Amino acid sequence: MTLLADRQATHGHEHEHHEGPTGLLKWMTSTDHKLIGMNYMVTSLVMFFLAGIMALLLRAQLASPHSSFLNFQQYNALFTMHGSLMLYLFAGPFAFGGLANFILPLQVGAPDMAFPRLNALSYWLYLSGSVTMLLGFLVSGGAAAYGWVAYAPLSSVQFSPGSAPDLWILGIALTGFSAIFTGVNLVTTTFYLRAPGLTMFRLPIFTWNMLVTAILILIAFPILTAAMVLLFADRHFGTHFYTTAGGGSPILYQNLFWFFGHPEVYILALPYFGIVSDVIPVFSRKPLFGYKGMVFATMSIAALSTGVWAHHMFTTGEVLLPFFSLLSLLIAVPTGIKFFNWIGTMWRGQLIFTTPMLFCIGFLLAFLMGGLTGVMLASPPIDFATHDTYFVVAHFHQVLFGTAVYAGFAGLYYWYPKFFGRMYRESLGKWHFWLMTVGFWVTFLPQYVLGLWGMPRRVASYPSDLGWQGLNIVSTIGAYLIGISFVFLLVNLWVSWRKPVLAGDNPWDAHTLEWFAASPPVHHNFERLPPIRSERPTWDFHHPDARTVAHGNGHRTLVGAGVGPESGNGDGSA
Amino acid sequence: MTPRAGETTDKVALRRRRRALGVLGGTALVVLLGGCNLPTFWGYRGSTKQGHDEFLLYSSTVIAAIVVGLIVAVLIAWAVLRYRRRSDDLPRQFQYHIPLEITYTVVPVIIVLILFGFTVAVENQVDAVASNPTVKVDVTAFQWGWTFSYPGHVSVTGVTTEDPDPVGLDGNACAPAKDCLGPGLIIPAGETTQIHLTSKDVIHGFYVPEFNFSRYAQPGFDDQYFDLSPQHAGVFRAQCTQLCGLYHSLMFFHVVALPPAQFQSWLSSQQSLAAATTGTTGTTATSSTSSTKAAA
Repeated sequence: MTLLADRQATHGHEHEHHEGPTGLLKWMTSTDHKLIGMNYMVTSLVMFFLAGIMALLLRAQLASPHSSFLNFQQYNALFTMHGSLMLYLFAGPFAFGGLANFILPLQVGAPDMAFPRLNALSYWLYLSGSVTMLLGFLVSGGAAAYGWVAYAPLSSVQFSPGSAPDLWILGIALTGFSAIFTGVNLVTTTFYLRAPGLTMFRLPIFTWNMLVTAILILIAFPILTAAMVLLFADRHFGTHFYTTAGGGSPILYQNLFWFFGHPEVYILALPYFGIVSDVIPVFSRKPLFGYKGMVFATMSIAALSTGVWAHHMFTTGEVLLPFFSLLSLLIAVPTGIKFFNWIGTMWRGQLIFTTPMLFCIGFLLAFLMGGLTGVMLASPPIDFATHDTYFVVAHFHQVLFGTAVYAGFAGLYYWYPKFFGRMYRESLGKWHFWLMTVGFWVTFLPQYVLGLWGMPRRVASYPSDLGWQGLNIVSTIGAYLIGISFVFLLVNLWVSWRKPVLAGDNPWDAHTLEWFAASPPVHHNFERLPPIRSERPTWDFHHPDARTVAHGNGHRTLVGAGVGPESGNGDGSA
Repeated sequence: MTPRAGETTDKVALRRRRRALGVLGGTALVVLLGGCNLPTFWGYRGSTKQGHDEFLLYSSTVIAAIVVGLIVAVLIAWAVLRYRRRSDDLPRQFQYHIPLEITYTVVPVIIVLILFGFTVAVENQVDAVASNPTVKVDVTAFQWGWTFSYPGHVSVTGVTTEDPDPVGLDGNACAPAKDCLGPGLIIPAGETTQIHLTSKDVIHGFYVPEFNFSRYAQPGFDDQYFDLSPQHAGVFRAQCTQLCGLYHSLMFFHVVALPPAQFQSWLSSQQSLAAATTGTTGTTATSSTSSTKAAA
């Protein structure tokens, strides 16, 4: 009985005896999705650490009311670049450029992305965009200082002169194109390069979420790039898109920006939901509860996210409050479905608390509170009271830290054995988790209270007699705990590099196809593929006696292996 | 609880559950009816009529959020603690439970629609603009200060932390100092003031924490009107909340709600002063923008 579909027949000539350049030339010229994905991950992690150091400088400034540690210009530039790096250059690219690039082709059983050269172009655009934005620190006047949203007319040449804003705009445009190209690649790869038998409803949830994310990228990023082109034209070509003097409108900028900006929030969240949806089932030793509900929840989040942008603009007084409020509130429903599905997956499982699983549970708690305060902010009267205060700062940090950091590093630890074929050290990973978790809550809980007391965001100083210093000091201590926790990550990587412990191909008894490939995967990924009869082909292969869970046959139904209606597709005849 | 004659233990459990639900519902009702005694959850009770409406919505939403959050957190905690790996046996590989899934789709929809109903009711209150306010004030924000213009060519202009024309509740200087940074917006307590908000340059944020209210001041937009109806006299600190450039951190102002008689005498004295000094626009004052330290 041959269980293994041999891909030699179709792809044999491609992976044999692959020889190419090595070293720097290989790094520069490779179109291998794994190498490009690794480049993306390393670059975006460098951005993450830079932005994290900026955050620590900002928190040091706020530990005393009238600190002269930074001057106002430096402070404004640092929070602008902290936000820009974290959102444009880390959270997005780490997910759809790094993890998805590496993992998605493996999860669909493909040899590479659909357009490998376009993929390489994406990375080089991303790298040049990132460097361009960072160059702002070197020009006279310092980096852009108008916040990561660059509201007009503050971002106009009159109020933000100098070349740093131009470098910032150019950096956004370059990384915007890079994201669009990656989006095209992810969509095409998912639709056209799936292995035989891998129907859409057998896709891993991470791949599903990346597909939906990529579609959102194609909707949102062109708007951002267009908005930036118009902003650049306003600055240099005498146009008046965003200034009322020439018949334009600053509200136009906000509408364009947030029409990108809110889908962007889900571009930054959905991939990370996908990671959690892959990790929790593996370490609960059960299939994902409510798989199809999860897919539809992801789609409805994406659909709703294109109609909620003006909830960032409630206090402009220029938008229809009930419409945007209702759609924003409704997003809580599919997000809630995801929560209950994750809990349902753990229910009656056999939970194994490895580092990635701990990070996923940290994500659940962080996102729970961030989500609930998000529901509150979706109500315009509550937004009026808290808009642009530290309440909002705490809210979106809980959400984004929950996704990009908790779930993002869950993904990094989870796939680390796949990336390098070696294990990280569990004890160091757990130190990272616990220290970061303490730091996270100590940092952001006081910020909710500060916001409710009336402390605005983006201020470099505050009056000393309002009693705000105590909570600010607590928040600063928390931020430094988070900073220290990442030393454990770096030490972990160092130790695993110096003293490798081999991981094997499938250390977690995982579910999806990437764990069927070698660790690290060979050039063009697979020598052979297992039959695909469910969304857990690797698990099915390693548990031949367990019964395959088929989809759509009513609740609580167990169906025998190999006799399901779709099982005939699984033997790999392309 | 002892079983009544002829009752099974199931019925006793049901009765117990009903009684518990009754107690819970009764508590919720008491909390909701005693609106003024709702916990503040670190927010302000709202010194204006509009702000107090917001507070009631805020406080009850927090209560609902705590209930939902606790239910979810307890479920997570239960799963994590109860279902730790105890053996190498595979757990049962179940994946769907359609009735349960429908329940946790429909219930959140209902919760969200209820919240939306309250939201619309409160936002209509907060956004309502009276046709006959006691006084209309034009507020103009600029880098980095505020101008408050009253009928009769009276205007107060102050930059960053300096108050050019300090007015206090006792008729003397504004106090306490921590609440009096920046120029003072003088309005009558117990009556309705209509604010017309604009900006000269970039977008600023008009934010009075104790009023639970903020609104953008936008250059070129002339259609922003809102009402402030302070319920009692007082001094309320306020600040620009929308990043507006270098000295955003220092763009303070404050609102002084005076008893109506005191407000009227202040306004008429300013008006006669403005009429006397022809050619100028009343009591204006400016101060250096280079001040980088709060003058508290």
